[in-house]
Amino acid sequence: MLVFRYDKSFEGLLTAIFDAYTRRTFPEQLIGPGEPLPMFASELFDVLTDTQKAERVWRGLGKKLRREGCNLLTHVWLSETAGCDDLLLRYIRKVFDSSGDVSTDFADRDILEARNIALKVSREAEHLRQFVRFRKAADGTFYAPVSPIYNALPLAIPYFRDRFADQRWLIYDLKRQYGYYYDGQKAREIAFADGETPPGDELTEEQMDADERQFQTLWKAYFDSMAIQERINPQLQRRQMPRRFWKYLPEFNF
Amino acid sequence: MKEGVLEKLKILAESAKYDVSCASSGTTRRHKEGMVGSASGWGICHSFTSDGRCISLLKIMLTNYCIYDCAYCINRRSNDIRRAIFTPAELIELTIEFYRRNYIEGLFLSSGVVRNPDYTMERMVHVAKELRTTHRFNGYIHLKSIPGASQELVHEAGLYADRMSVNIEIPTEENLRRLAPEKDYKSVYQPMRYIQQGVLESAEERKRFRHAPRFAPAGQSTQMIVGATEETDRQILELSSSLYQRPSMKRVYYSGFIPVNSYDKRLPALKQVPLVRENRLYQADWLMRFYGFRADEIVDDAYPQLDLEIDPKLAWALRHPEVFPVDLNRADYEQILRVPGIGVKSAALIVATRRHSRITASTLKKMGVVMKKAQYFITCGELSIQTVNEVSPEHIRRLLVPRRKEKTGSPDQLSLLFPE
Repeated sequence: MLVFRYDKSFEGLLTAIFDAYTRRTFPEQLIGPGEPLPMFASELFDVLTDTQKAERVWRGLGKKLRREGCNLLTHVWLSETAGCDDLLLRYIRKVFDSSGDVSTDFADRDILEARNIALKVSREAEHLRQFVRFRKAADGTFYAPVSPIYNALPLAIPYFRDRFADQRWLIYDLKRQYGYYYDGQKAREIAFADGETPPGDELTEEQMDADERQFQTLWKAYFDSMAIQERINPQLQRRQMPRRFWKYLPEFNF
Repeated sequence: MKEGVLEKLKILAESAKYDVSCASSGTTRRHKEGMVGSASGWGICHSFTSDGRCISLLKIMLTNYCIYDCAYCINRRSNDIRRAIFTPAELIELTIEFYRRNYIEGLFLSSGVVRNPDYTMERMVHVAKELRTTHRFNGYIHLKSIPGASQELVHEAGLYADRMSVNIEIPTEENLRRLAPEKDYKSVYQPMRYIQQGVLESAEERKRFRHAPRFAPAGQSTQMIVGATEETDRQILELSSSLYQRPSMKRVYYSGFIPVNSYDKRLPALKQVPLVRENRLYQADWLMRFYGFRADEIVDDAYPQLDLEIDPKLAWALRHPEVFPVDLNRADYEQILRVPGIGVKSAALIVATRRHSRITASTLKKMGVVMKKAQYFITCGELSIQTVNEVSPEHIRRLLVPRRKEKTGSPDQLSLLFPE
């Protein structure tokens, strides 16, 4: 069994696909650095990530797939689910090896599975657009902590950039320890170095803008007043707004 | 911000919450230099209250003082409730600060009628205008049009609002007059017509001048109270269907009657809110808007009420076994949409997949088709399963009606949990 080892980056995956086509041998499994070899591995090939090769593969995909098709691939990658790289490898091979557009053949297991995973990831991105809550800091920056189950934050950033274009903001993924900071011009990815303290679940009283608590109180009062007692239905509420988001919502924690 | 705002916010939210319209969809507007915000097109629900309804807009009243005495309304003048008035400045600050924190998509402003309809409307338009022009707010604005307001004011409102709405409230004019002596259908339909006229004129203008002002780009909506009067589902759905034929009407909302004024003897004494009926009406509404059903297919002389035990699509299918089974490998998209258990998304997947390979039962399940229902109404090239024609519709109905004791959706359960 042939195994490819790559650096677990998206470019690395695309390079692996490039190498597989030049070698005309296709791996049955992909592993990351430090992962143990599968039991029946007979040959190991180390992929050296190469941006140019990756770009060629991406351009090639752009010719074979419509834009939604390419988006689907990035969505599946961002799901970070186990085996999503193997799935993408099989998917992309099917795309290159067929003459027509295979991306709508949902009778194919891989294509349907990729579509279902992508759907879950885009739902998580929508949840971020829904449930991100900014807190205003004393210096005027708006801060929001998140911890989505899939790495969906990059997908939601265009929405925040467009909507909150006239305010500085920071959305930080506490689970993956990175975030996006928008300085009024551009949103850029940031991470905190070892020595620095990353932002936490909540701003401290000193960090917080003087009016912030007041608006949180107002919002919570509004939220509570909107419920109609005769129709209480907590199950419906939880289905629409999963529990895992509640910890960052001022309407629940104040 | 002053002390009193918190109290006002509570009072005026309490008064506004019975309006069920919540959508913030229908307008796509990107951020503009020097303005605050954008409109997202499909609408985003930012929170869900403990009754499971979404909060998308800051749904609030300018004031809950009202000169009218409508039997079904919590804000009627004979009710002894706390009253308040927001100043435009307070309301605008709330909207913008909530908006900047991603709490809301925008403002949904309604009002009790003070002095006369025009005076009230003018004050609402003033808030919308301030918000748009002085404060450069680019988010979503939904304005309620006050019944009886003049055309000039409705027209001005449409220039600032994304969506406008006038509530019909009661599905027949006779009953509306009985419960709301100060209102009639003219006072409801007149502003509706003004809005429609504004939308159509603006669309026409924009064909010639690209920068002509947009008028209520997300159209209009309305709401009906269900269960306060004796109208049948058939009357309600026929009215909705005729409303949907109007070019600017985007949504009809149904609001299960909540007895807020239980002392009023003109209203029925309901033990619980008709939530199941409300849900069935929404399902029927969806069938009309997205599944190509006509109102008279869902309800007719023989079946004037929707079946509360099964959904309207299944009910239709059981009344028309002759249409089934549908062959998923051959049938048109429209026919596939009529199969219970297959929705718009799975129907599209089926049609796309057919170009490559045959559809089998195992793929259907992974596509998200509810096989429990669909299995009796389809064939897909395999051994024929028992369809509605082999087994009788009555038997299938018995198989699919949820068992009584289940917790979800049963209205009895609610009254037990929350006794008066």
